[in-house]
Amino acid sequence: MKIIIVGDGKVGYSLAESLSQENHDITIIDKNPEALKKASDYLDVMCIQGNGLSASILIEAGVKTADILIAATSSDEMNMVCCLTGKKLGAERTIARIRDPEYAKELSILRDELDLDLVINPEQAAAREIARLLRFHSAMDIEIFAKGRVELVELKVTEEMPIIDMDFMTISKKISSNVLIGAVLRDNEVIIPNGSFVVKENDILYILGEPSSVFDFGRQIKKCIPKIRNVMIVGGGRIAYYLARNLRQFDMKVKIIEENMDRCVELSELLPDCLIIKGDGTDYSLLQSENLSDMDAFVSLTGHDEENLIAALLAKQSGVKKVIAKVTRINYPTIIKNMGIDCVVNPKIITSNYITRYVRGLTNAQGNPVETLYSIIGGQAEALEFIVHNNNAKFLNVPLKKLKLKEGVLIAVIVRKNDIIIPHGDDVIKKGDKVIIITKNRHLTDLNEIIASGGI
Amino acid sequence: MNIRMIIKVLGTLLIVEAASMLPSLLVSLIYGQDDFSAFVVTIMLLLVTGLIMYSIKAPNTNLYSKDGFAIVSLGWILVSLFGALPFFLSGAIPHFADAFFESVSGFTTTGSTILREVESLPRGILFWRSFTHWIGGMGVLVLMLAVLPKAGASTFQIMKAESPGPNPDKLVPKIGQTAKILYGIYLVLTIILIVLLVIAGMPLYDSLIHALGTAGTGGFSNMNRSVGAYNNVYAEVIITVFMFIFGTNFTLHYQVLKGNWKAMFKDDEFRFYLGTMVAAIILMTINLTGTIFNSVWESLRHASFQASTIMTTTGFATTDFNLWPSFSKVILVLLMFIGASAGSTAGGLKCIRIVLLLKTIKREVIKVIHPKSVCTVKVGGRVLDDSIVSGATSYFFAYMIIFTVAILIVSLDGFDLTTTFTSVATTIGNVGPGLEMVGPVGSFADYSVLSKIVFSFVMLFGRLEILPMLILFAPSFWKKVNI
Repeated sequence: MKIIIVGDGKVGYSLAESLSQENHDITIIDKNPEALKKASDYLDVMCIQGNGLSASILIEAGVKTADILIAATSSDEMNMVCCLTGKKLGAERTIARIRDPEYAKELSILRDELDLDLVINPEQAAAREIARLLRFHSAMDIEIFAKGRVELVELKVTEEMPIIDMDFMTISKKISSNVLIGAVLRDNEVIIPNGSFVVKENDILYILGEPSSVFDFGRQIKKCIPKIRNVMIVGGGRIAYYLARNLRQFDMKVKIIEENMDRCVELSELLPDCLIIKGDGTDYSLLQSENLSDMDAFVSLTGHDEENLIAALLAKQSGVKKVIAKVTRINYPTIIKNMGIDCVVNPKIITSNYITRYVRGLTNAQGNPVETLYSIIGGQAEALEFIVHNNNAKFLNVPLKKLKLKEGVLIAVIVRKNDIIIPHGDDVIKKGDKVIIITKNRHLTDLNEIIASGGI
Repeated sequence: MNIRMIIKVLGTLLIVEAASMLPSLLVSLIYGQDDFSAFVVTIMLLLVTGLIMYSIKAPNTNLYSKDGFAIVSLGWILVSLFGALPFFLSGAIPHFADAFFESVSGFTTTGSTILREVESLPRGILFWRSFTHWIGGMGVLVLMLAVLPKAGASTFQIMKAESPGPNPDKLVPKIGQTAKILYGIYLVLTIILIVLLVIAGMPLYDSLIHALGTAGTGGFSNMNRSVGAYNNVYAEVIITVFMFIFGTNFTLHYQVLKGNWKAMFKDDEFRFYLGTMVAAIILMTINLTGTIFNSVWESLRHASFQASTIMTTTGFATTDFNLWPSFSKVILVLLMFIGASAGSTAGGLKCIRIVLLLKTIKREVIKVIHPKSVCTVKVGGRVLDDSIVSGATSYFFAYMIIFTVAILIVSLDGFDLTTTFTSVATTIGNVGPGLEMVGPVGSFADYSVLSKIVFSFVMLFGRLEILPMLILFAPSFWKKVNI
């Protein structure tokens, strides 16, 4: 694919790095010749020096035949205008990085009006990632769909679980959680289950649903999800705000330590459920008086890498189970690994991974009428995203329980505007919905193909 | 330095060279002369050495710019050494120093020769001699990048070090793709030229030889009297035009292919290149009419061919310009220094550097008049980085130093001043013929072995634009820990 990246900062560079390794044609536009020199020295990409907003520069970069334009400069407004210009000039898809929470609230309007295909907010993405790390063991395999609003989580069935020898119908009656078991891995073979499937020990279930529902489900079946109740966050920036809001959904108690008084006031208004403390997060006596050692998790999110690392080390020393630090500089991962901090997150890398994943989905879907395609469960199954058009008429507005689907196909999620629907028998597919299908059957290219002969 | 990786790349390069000898093998098979075994032995040697070098394990595949430079300079020396083997083994050139000179002269697209007489040589050998022009013109390593299945990011260092010009750039995002496009344009233009020459009435074999020589702007011919031997006006005009085309920056060819005709005439370098050549042709035509040739047309015919052949540093000849009046000869020597465009197959200082130097002088003059003025050097409407501007001035100085040192050594042989001066000028500019003894009908055969080796290195210096070769002579480059 031909991809143009505007802005050669950390996100732009790491995007260019990972995308060029996947054999895409990358062109980078930036004003700063120093930044471009590094890219042209170490990456197999083309660099153009100039303003990414100017039409002539965009045309020189080949926007007319570009498949994707990614605007990753440091300014939200520039990214929006750049994507708008790019789309008008002929770019197939546009991706913008928009981080201001003011805009974040109006994302869906922005997305429609500017015709953006993907909007990414690095802080929000980082907060989601940290929340995920706190909820699950880091070794667990998690895939995300529908721009992060749906998760696919791997879960191994062990003997103490109450769901053994139950079929899916019973499970969904007993456990009140809005999730779907999308696939089962038994003896290394993927099964796309139906309602009468009986769970056995050592099965690996792939649970699909909104993050809070998946978490809830995990708790109800007593899967040893780490029991994290109390979380301390140092640094009250945007990530902390998003993270605190996120964690509240999972009934975790959050304590935020922030130095700036004004910000503290602001946070206490925004997050009435959280405890906001004004103070220095690297001050050991303060942390102790706020009973650091009784915390289940500790997250350091200040603007300084060094402070974050030191605070994280203090927390680890006091015996906190799970310690996460935000590190912006990416040059020394091995040193940090040896320091004993459980996880290190880098918002820029998360952003770039997120976009890379999206691009990968688009690349896989090339030549298919599918929107995106992800291979899941080690490549043994595929998750495909379709948009429902008129020609799928024969099953529009028909309750799903009346549809007869082919074997090995599952309607996993219906995305209707901003709503996520985990489908049950009575739900219907409407025109304009996005439908995510999980299938073992490769080469599925049309939504009509999921219906078994003599269906409906 | 990442020595293991360098050896691995050089091994690949030798395998590519072995493959590039196959056409010559075929030619010698067709004509059934006694040079067949020389090619077979050389190809075997190349394959064995190449495979051994390639099989070295390199845990770290990163190449930095100094590694790129090392690969280019060592690669060219290696390729020239192996390229000399067919000449030496077939007995066509009995001394190895002579064979090496001929091989370097071929790969660097110089076209100077130590042979007094070429028409009696086996046809396969003559074909190989011209084929070295073709692959040397666009670059042996660029050829390697074009045929490699996947060229990594770090290989851009190699291309940067091999491509002529102050600021080589890619045409498309991927380096491998860029190399393929360059060789694609090159190949298509060469084939068009071959067809046109055949139509103009040249025999097929001779068309091939002259097309390869023109494309690489080399200048080896299979005739003792070069293109002049055919006395064919059409062929001369075709070659004149194509020498000019191959002396143009290939980025411009790519732009034209994409339908952007205007880019060609907006380009500062191309305008300078065209303007200088037209001016030289007009001045020489005026000078020659009445003194050497009787009619204006005949003067124009020979002046334009000679201007094109010298400025694009090809080095064919249709007449012995050694007999021309001094004014015309001086113009030709000046054209030798200027050379053609960056990013082409030609040698010399390159027009773009002359343009940059002229603009720098203009800036210096303005600085004297308005001491506080701030001026940037612009080319093609874009401000150039100061490092590129100062790079051009230091390149010019380095060029002159190499030139002076080489003259000093070569003068030990005791030939006259014009011969000594132009022989070095023609080899460093990768032109081919000089004046007096090394003129269009002369050869380098009478020089001593020392001079021949000096010439060989001077040609390499000229083709690789000095720095990659100069770096081999820097002691700190060879140290493991260089501080």
